[in-house]
Amino acid sequence: MSASIINESAINQSTGSREQPPPGLVGPLAWLRTNLFGSWVSTAVTLALLYIIVRVLFSFVEWAFVNAIWHVPYSATGIAQTAVCQDAKGTGACWAVIADKYRLILFGRFPYDEQWRPAIVVVLFVALFALSTIKAVWRKGIDSPIVRYIAMSGAGLILLDNAAGLLDTIVEVGFGVHLPLPFGLLLLLNTIGKCALVFGLLLLWPAIGVWIGTLAFIGILMFGGILGLTAVPVDYWGGLPITLILATFGLAFAFPLAVLVALGRRSTQLPAVKMLCVVYVELIRGVPLISVLFMASVMFPLFMPPGINVDKLLRAQIAVILFAAAYLAEVVRGGLQALPKGQSEAADAMGLSYWQKTGFIILPQALRLVIPPLVNTFIGFFKDTSLVLIIGLFDLLTMGKVALSDPPWQSFSTEVYIALAVIYIVFCYGMSRYSRGLERELNSARGR
Amino acid sequence: MPVTSADPRTMGARHAPKRRMRLAWSDPLFRSLVWQVVILGIVSAIGWYLVSNTNKNLAARHIATGFGFLDRVAGIPIGESLISYEPASDTYGRALWIGVLNTLKVAGIGIVLATILGTLIGIGRLSSNWLMAQLTGFYVEVIRDIPLLLQLLFWYTALQGLPAPKLSWRIGDAVFLSNRGIKVPYVVWENAHTWALVAFLIGVVGTFLWNRRARAKQEATGVRPAVWPAALGLLLALPLAVWAVLGAPTDVELPVLRGFNFQGGGTVSPEYFALLLGLVLYTAGYIAEIVRSGIQAVALGQWEAAGALGLRRGAILRHIVLPQALRVVIPPMTSQYLNLTKNSSLAVAIGYQDVVSIANTTLNQTGQAVEGIAVIMAVFLTISLSISLFMNWYNARIALVGR
Repeated sequence: MSASIINESAINQSTGSREQPPPGLVGPLAWLRTNLFGSWVSTAVTLALLYIIVRVLFSFVEWAFVNAIWHVPYSATGIAQTAVCQDAKGTGACWAVIADKYRLILFGRFPYDEQWRPAIVVVLFVALFALSTIKAVWRKGIDSPIVRYIAMSGAGLILLDNAAGLLDTIVEVGFGVHLPLPFGLLLLLNTIGKCALVFGLLLLWPAIGVWIGTLAFIGILMFGGILGLTAVPVDYWGGLPITLILATFGLAFAFPLAVLVALGRRSTQLPAVKMLCVVYVELIRGVPLISVLFMASVMFPLFMPPGINVDKLLRAQIAVILFAAAYLAEVVRGGLQALPKGQSEAADAMGLSYWQKTGFIILPQALRLVIPPLVNTFIGFFKDTSLVLIIGLFDLLTMGKVALSDPPWQSFSTEVYIALAVIYIVFCYGMSRYSRGLERELNSARGR
Repeated sequence: MPVTSADPRTMGARHAPKRRMRLAWSDPLFRSLVWQVVILGIVSAIGWYLVSNTNKNLAARHIATGFGFLDRVAGIPIGESLISYEPASDTYGRALWIGVLNTLKVAGIGIVLATILGTLIGIGRLSSNWLMAQLTGFYVEVIRDIPLLLQLLFWYTALQGLPAPKLSWRIGDAVFLSNRGIKVPYVVWENAHTWALVAFLIGVVGTFLWNRRARAKQEATGVRPAVWPAALGLLLALPLAVWAVLGAPTDVELPVLRGFNFQGGGTVSPEYFALLLGLVLYTAGYIAEIVRSGIQAVALGQWEAAGALGLRRGAILRHIVLPQALRVVIPPMTSQYLNLTKNSSLAVAIGYQDVVSIANTTLNQTGQAVEGIAVIMAVFLTISLSISLFMNWYNARIALVGR
């Protein structure tokens, strides 16, 4: 008898006629009571914050939208007449400065008619980032001997052309004559080789292929000079593409270097190399980026043999790479340290060589662990590229300042700075959301 | 036979027998030696190449190397400095030293303020008040997504947009806020103040010793003598008494508007204020996240167990939770302090004369690029290493004592 009663109540619970929580513990009112008006202190905080938020929000909306001025008339000579904006100063934003200057801020002094090229470059960068967040892209592609052969022979063709060019230069410097080589054919082979290499890599590791291919295409679009595009010297580049190039190329080149440095720092067999890596990492991490950039802009020309000038952007790019590599190396080292020692010992016991062990066992696991901090480091460097302003490179922030140096717009810096901040926030927030998503995924996978 | 020699633990780790290296590629020892020689050789060859190029270039430009320029008269006008400076007679060395002091001034105060603000925001993110948690979360997200340089430029222009001295915003007749910076009353420093400061420092040491005695007593008897009366007396009453005995001077110099600018009083320049504001607001966003994760890292069971032992909430926080949270917080906090110090070099963009800015002017005037950058790097390396050493010492002090 008693058994059947127990059974009955069990069935009642499982079929869903569970007792509801008492009224007043659920619903929006209860939520308000617990989260906003839980105690006297909480109520006071809520009311004070609400007051502040409403006031700030109202005055901001009034300034940025209600009283804002979106367009100004232009004089016959094309000079903006900003009297309306000057009158509205303090009560309304003058977004006309953005309407007037957005092409300059985004694309710098790139020839006006050719600005579709940096625009495509920006889109390509965003697409590249978006594509990289898809996991399937990072999977291994088709690994067959034929694909490897295509990639290798592509690399060989490129090397052939470069070697011939180098030989020719040496002979020219030494004897003053050109070698009778079929340079046209070699250039053609070089181009074929590049296509073959990208194609092969695309099949082998789709992600790396996509990255190399996209970055190469970005280079073509920016430089021009081939495929019927007008050549644009680096001095004319500017704006958002510079920011994206510095950050992305910086990371792409710093990452392999960082992995090597991290491995070197962990090495027990090579104490001299270990010391070298430690000194490099600690030296770079101990000084501000500004000093490394100064080094690139002031000291680098002294390092080069007389007569050789390296472009300013390239110098800054090298500085960013060297700087980023030290920080990335520490992130990678964190991943290497997080791996249990058994992995390495097991690989040793299987008779794998150092590079086999590192390439197949250690790095795949270690790097997976550190993707979220890597993305965070990348966000940091994306922001830090703005420092090139100080050495006079025309990145996004510098172009904002250049736009503000135009006399009619000089006093509307707030509007320009807000617009720039929005661009930075869009990029950084996107990346940080991705990093947080990854982190959650990683934690849930580990916490099984 | 003595027992100690039989105990393997007292003999130290036994080394593997030394093996002679074979001159063969199959010997790992030989391979590692070859690789190291090759890599070091490449690195030193590159280094030698760069140095020889530099020497050639410097010779071609007739620039003498070395730090002799430090003794030359600088002639750099410096707006604010903690020590006396005369552009017409003082040397580059002194100008650079002023830069170092200016860097330390902004970094030191910045670290303190950012820690306070960051901790408050971090606690705010864990608030049971939904609005508070959301608002602080929004702050952290936005402030960390905008480059610091952009924020600095924004604050600097905002400060320059303040009214002229004649129309300045004021608090009474004492504090004035204008585009020339913040003017505050300035206490006329006298001997009494110095001695009061000395008394305060003695009070700090005394409180520390008293606290140690109290703890020793507690461990011996289980009863903890009250510390706060002694602390209050030593830290507050003693300096006040010294100050009063020496005549209690209260002369205060107020800033007064004369013509187009203020006379007298202390000044916080717009450059310094913009830099400090930017650094503090930016770094506080990062510190808030560190504090939040630190508090969250302490398991709930710690709170509950301490409560079950009958500790009050304040005691739980002080003796159980915070010491454990601190352990998680210290290493990332150290790197934020280092970041703040290094970021203070952005001063050069808004015209605050820190060491980078003055070194930059120096190298432009003298052409001593290598030495100028070496000075910047040496200064920051020294500061970074000092902060790291101090924080490592502190970290080791509070670290979990393992078996």
